[in-house]
Amino acid sequence: MITKVLMPKLSEAMETGKVIKWLKKEGDPVKGGDVIAEIETDKANVEIEAFGSGALRKIIVDAGGQVPVGELIAIIADPADDISAVSAAPQKPAAPAAAPAAPAPAAPGAASTAAPPLPAMETYQSTPATSRVVPMTPSIAPAAAPATRRVKASPLAKKIAAQGGVDLRLVQGSGPGGRIVRRDVEAALSAPRPAPAAAPAPAAAVAAPRPAFVVPPRPGAEFEDMALSPMRAAIAKQMPLSKAPVPHFYVTSEIAMDRAWELRSELNALEGQPRVSVTDMVIKACALALLKNPGVNASFRSDPQGAAIRVHHRAHIGIAVALEQGLITPVLRDVDVKPLSQIAAEWRDLAERARAQKLRVQELSGATFSISNLGMFDVDEFSAIINPPEGAILAVGAVVEKPVVQDGEIRVGRRMKVTLSCDHRVMDGATGARFLQDLKRLLEEPLRLLL
Amino acid sequence: MAVMTYREALNLALREEMRRDARVFVMGEEVGLYEGAYKVTQGLLKEFGDKRVVDTPIAESGFTGVGVGAAMLGLRPVVEMMTFNFSILALDQIVNSAAKMLYMSGGQYNIPIVIRGPGGPAAQLAAQHSQSMEVYFYHVPGLKVVRPSTPADAKGLLKSAIRDDNPVIFIEAETLYAVKGEVPEDPDFTIPLGQAVVRREGTDVTVIAYMGMMYRALEVAEELAKEGISVELVDPRTLRPMDTETLIGSVRKTHRAVVIEAGAGFAGMGSEIASEIQEEAFDDLDAPVERVTGENAPMPYARNLELLKTPSKAKIAEAIRKVCYA
Repeated sequence: MITKVLMPKLSEAMETGKVIKWLKKEGDPVKGGDVIAEIETDKANVEIEAFGSGALRKIIVDAGGQVPVGELIAIIADPADDISAVSAAPQKPAAPAAAPAAPAPAAPGAASTAAPPLPAMETYQSTPATSRVVPMTPSIAPAAAPATRRVKASPLAKKIAAQGGVDLRLVQGSGPGGRIVRRDVEAALSAPRPAPAAAPAPAAAVAAPRPAFVVPPRPGAEFEDMALSPMRAAIAKQMPLSKAPVPHFYVTSEIAMDRAWELRSELNALEGQPRVSVTDMVIKACALALLKNPGVNASFRSDPQGAAIRVHHRAHIGIAVALEQGLITPVLRDVDVKPLSQIAAEWRDLAERARAQKLRVQELSGATFSISNLGMFDVDEFSAIINPPEGAILAVGAVVEKPVVQDGEIRVGRRMKVTLSCDHRVMDGATGARFLQDLKRLLEEPLRLLL
Repeated sequence: MAVMTYREALNLALREEMRRDARVFVMGEEVGLYEGAYKVTQGLLKEFGDKRVVDTPIAESGFTGVGVGAAMLGLRPVVEMMTFNFSILALDQIVNSAAKMLYMSGGQYNIPIVIRGPGGPAAQLAAQHSQSMEVYFYHVPGLKVVRPSTPADAKGLLKSAIRDDNPVIFIEAETLYAVKGEVPEDPDFTIPLGQAVVRREGTDVTVIAYMGMMYRALEVAEELAKEGISVELVDPRTLRPMDTETLIGSVRKTHRAVVIEAGAGFAGMGSEIASEIQEEAFDDLDAPVERVTGENAPMPYARNLELLKTPSKAKIAEAIRKVCYA
């Protein structure tokens, strides 16, 4: 059997992909599930697995090559198969950039005998769950929940995951066919937990040794042009698609974080619990506020047949992670139903793998709302650009100690400013304001986050 | 402790039990004058006389029936099958008489009989003489089935079998008769039926094997230790009643299991143990239980084909690596 290896479509926005390296050589035996290559998309480096079995007969796109989605990049076949017809076939037109399930546009050349380009997912999957990445794009009934795929895990792995609060959907299985086994869960559990990325106390920041402030020497050249990294290119392309057509408005609120701060210290004093950060608490509070204010958990959908507002009944929250070369927004799913400890553990894992660029594609899509926190840079407040098709994004500033007036007296309190950027096509000022009111209440009465 | 062969350990067990209890007698083809086809009954005729060491005609059904009758009347016969393959001729006496008499007589007649002899694949004994006969017996309610792998077990378990008030199928192995090991000389030393033993402690995978396969698995375990795979080897010793507590306990510790059996795999001991493990320890499993069994074919006479039919060290190692995801 001959299996064509096509450049997989690994995210909604992906149009081209670059082969970083082949992990198999021409002639190497390959079986279904083997990782054969690493692909760089606009968002992450992704390992792709073989679908068919046999041998990797021919590599068409060498390492470093960049081709449109759907292009033939290699051929897997039995050593006895004659692949000359396939490898000699005229290059097929790239698969459409839209939903992979959409039929290929009938380019004139495509009417030849060459097989129509397969949707990438039929040939390839970067991980077992990847083929379900696209629930946000197709026009399906608004109430449809994102399709979930059965997670393959050994009974023991499931047990340990349940005990340790590990979400198996976020764990990469190393067993046959991607089965998650004990060692995978243990690795997820023992992954070093990075220091909480969220809003360190300014006081603590002062106490920590500060790096020297060094101005780099002035280069000889007057300027240099840097090529866009795929991630920077994606940001450059996507952001104007948000800021220009989406009418943004902003609502800001100041939240008293004293009680949340105390609660966090108490939680972190408990033995054997993942450390909880302010970000974790904000994530949880947002999820609850979103469920109470579905108008904010909504997307504007332009459709030739008539626009619609899709209201999401799940809180899947994207949280921006700053990287050297740009930023990336991993998605925590079903945050509304997860306990704080699980959110803390999962978010830590996601953030860490985001920095290592080891996220899987389905972890980068499907958010219904986003959070951007610049508190760790001592930013007081800022406003963020909405990440379409989401309807809103919350910009979170640092928790700062400042004089506050309470019962007619001035005292020292911890305050945090948040700004909600809203899509005016979806909601109005009051909708956003009510959301912030609820968010404020949840964080000011933080025991609600534990219920 | 004395170092002796498996054969000598069995002989000692018979001797001690015949001295201990005058109701115990030995019966079978060539057990007296010839002192046993495999010399297990060596010297017994001389010590105990022809009333207690009885040579029979070549008629398994007949002399097994005599044994069942003698047991009904209060004696404790030890019936030797020259090889257990011949017990097929006596299946009716064993399955329909010995195993069911207690039940069908409403508890009036228990049958304290031991039927013993060598079984399982050996060295070029061909299709009819290489069968793992235990599978024919452990299916039958009312029978206990023992497969002792070491000289000490052979002695301790044979003595328990003889003292047991119900029929016990006790299958030795041609290939183990010359194996030497330390054996307690204490005439009161016994090993209870239904008690497995951990032959080698390990942390990564539980391998369950008995008789020749146990020794083969032990060699594999030592080789895999060099690769960093720590094998725990459990020998069930008694197949029925099965000591599931020990087996399951080990699987709960290692989270993986490989069951080895010399005979063809379909509905074999491996199937039973694998099923037991998934019923009792499903949530502890990190991998499906693997079985390594003989091929589904009659045993060929040719040495090379015989080796292909029985579980090889390579196949055992492969199964262990598979469940360890190594």
